[in-house]
Amino acid sequence: MSQVTIVPTLSRRTEWGRLFWVCVGFVAAVAITALTVQWIAPHDWSAQSLVDSGQGPSSSHWLGTDALGRDIFSRLLAGTRTGLIGPLVIAIGAGVLGTALGLWTGYAGGRVDGLVMRSIDLVYAVPPLLVAIVLVGLFGGGYWLAVVVLIFLSAPGDVRVVRAAVMAQRELPYVAAARTVGVSPFSIAFMHVLPNVTPTVTANVLLQFVVGLIALSGLAFLGLGVEPGSPDWGLMIAENRTVLDLNVWAVAGPAICITLLALAVTVIGDRMFEVLTDRTAAR
Amino acid sequence: MAAAAGRRWVTIARFAVRRLAAMVAILAIVSFLVFSLLALTPGDPAVLLLGPQKATPEAVARIRAEFGLDDPFLVQYRDWVVAALHGDFGRSIRSGQQVTDMISERVGVTVWLAGYAFVLTVLIAIPFGLVAGMRKGRLADRLATASSLVALSAPTFAVGFLLMYVFAVQLDWFPAFGSGDGFLDTLWHMTLPAVTLAISQIAIVLRQTRAAAMDVADRDYITFARARAVPSRRIWQRYVLHNASLPVLTSAGLVLAYSLTGAVLVENVFALQGLGALLVVSVAQLDLPVVQALTMFTALLVLTTNLVVDLLYFAFDPRLRRAAVAA
Repeated sequence: MSQVTIVPTLSRRTEWGRLFWVCVGFVAAVAITALTVQWIAPHDWSAQSLVDSGQGPSSSHWLGTDALGRDIFSRLLAGTRTGLIGPLVIAIGAGVLGTALGLWTGYAGGRVDGLVMRSIDLVYAVPPLLVAIVLVGLFGGGYWLAVVVLIFLSAPGDVRVVRAAVMAQRELPYVAAARTVGVSPFSIAFMHVLPNVTPTVTANVLLQFVVGLIALSGLAFLGLGVEPGSPDWGLMIAENRTVLDLNVWAVAGPAICITLLALAVTVIGDRMFEVLTDRTAAR
Repeated sequence: MAAAAGRRWVTIARFAVRRLAAMVAILAIVSFLVFSLLALTPGDPAVLLLGPQKATPEAVARIRAEFGLDDPFLVQYRDWVVAALHGDFGRSIRSGQQVTDMISERVGVTVWLAGYAFVLTVLIAIPFGLVAGMRKGRLADRLATASSLVALSAPTFAVGFLLMYVFAVQLDWFPAFGSGDGFLDTLWHMTLPAVTLAISQIAIVLRQTRAAAMDVADRDYITFARARAVPSRRIWQRYVLHNASLPVLTSAGLVLAYSLTGAVLVENVFALQGLGALLVVSVAQLDLPVVQALTMFTALLVLTTNLVVDLLYFAFDPRLRRAAVAA
């Protein structure tokens, strides 16, 4: 009899699955590329050569060249830098801001909650990417202005999600117990409720990475954000649209890079949410 | 019975009025923020209007007086709001054209694009989402889930170039640029842009529909309806679709309200002269009256769609109608 009860408890520990590790491996490879690109890129990514412009793939240029004769493969490798750092800062910035506000409003409720939620309704009245286009465009902004704007535009999403998760926790006995023994509201929210909503927070930070990546590449495509000429996947698509019929890889390459990175992070986020929810519940 | 129905309408009307009031309040605050952009933006609009050569101090002073730029900020805001309520958003700093004229010239292309994409989204996302949710874990579900994941991860403009390369450059089935004349020609020109915009929207609506259908799939009334041999067509329409309709409605409203965002990118890819393209050009040229008008237009669109969706809830869900009376 005892074996029958033990076996289910052991098998409760959910496995990560192969797809998860493939995605983690891919993101790790992107990160390593971003750190080492100056040594591993086969060509100088900003070296122009008008004689070689708009060529298809060859043995010296694996994915061909763009309109200015720059090596597409090297530019794709260099693009990992703006492809990772900006979305990462957005995800963490919005995550910290949104989680703190969501925890506080969800736990405390009342007037603060009402005020914060009304201002969030206000933010959602105009689509975030449009706000980003207008703000970054009008203030002649670079990459980091775009990142800061997107942090503030992404945070309301985190607030909503975290707040909902916290409100579900608020009614549970452990919160009432903590309140009874006189734990301060601040430490209940951050020391007791926060660990229990980690799955939501983690999944959300990874989701914001994806949203940030897509938004930043969209801005770069419109010529906002990254410096002209810098190797960025979104900007490369805009620059190389004129050579679409000469070298399709100049456009398809960056498009595939953005999609694969977004896809890998989405899969990691979905899987982490499932596994962490299971493990938090199993405790 | 008639009295109950009458009371029901009164409650729903009261709800609508309250929501309308909140909408006006939000629009007022958005308008203030939008107008404040003018004060925060670097550069003198009068100098921009004249151009660097003609911007003599006298000319600048004349322009500033003409446009009321020397008035206190709140006075300028009041004048702008009063004019805007009369449908006058001023003139473009660049072209001198009436902003409302510029918008009405271009709104057609964007409405075509957004409407076409919305029809595609509804026709594809809802049936596939329902099937995926009802047959969770089966092949149809895995295909639908995987492809919506890819669609959500691919940037809209990248999808646009991919479709353009395959269907316009390689196969030459559809034109790569332009918006066409007449209904059929426009339909033909707009197909690739609309499919591009629809792909990201389908993924969103499909995921919501699937989740809603999954919620319905295990309910006893479905099992019971099957046991009673209710025709499957009726099960799908009356039992599944109807009970899953609220989340579906919400996400459909959301993609419609936000389609101007997608239009910005899609119009850029396919060189369409719609509102999205107008926004990008106006932002690049610091043409504030146009930017302000477009932002207000978007906010109005989003808030109106939300209101309509909230009211449609009552049409779709009799429980809400009854709850409205009880409350």
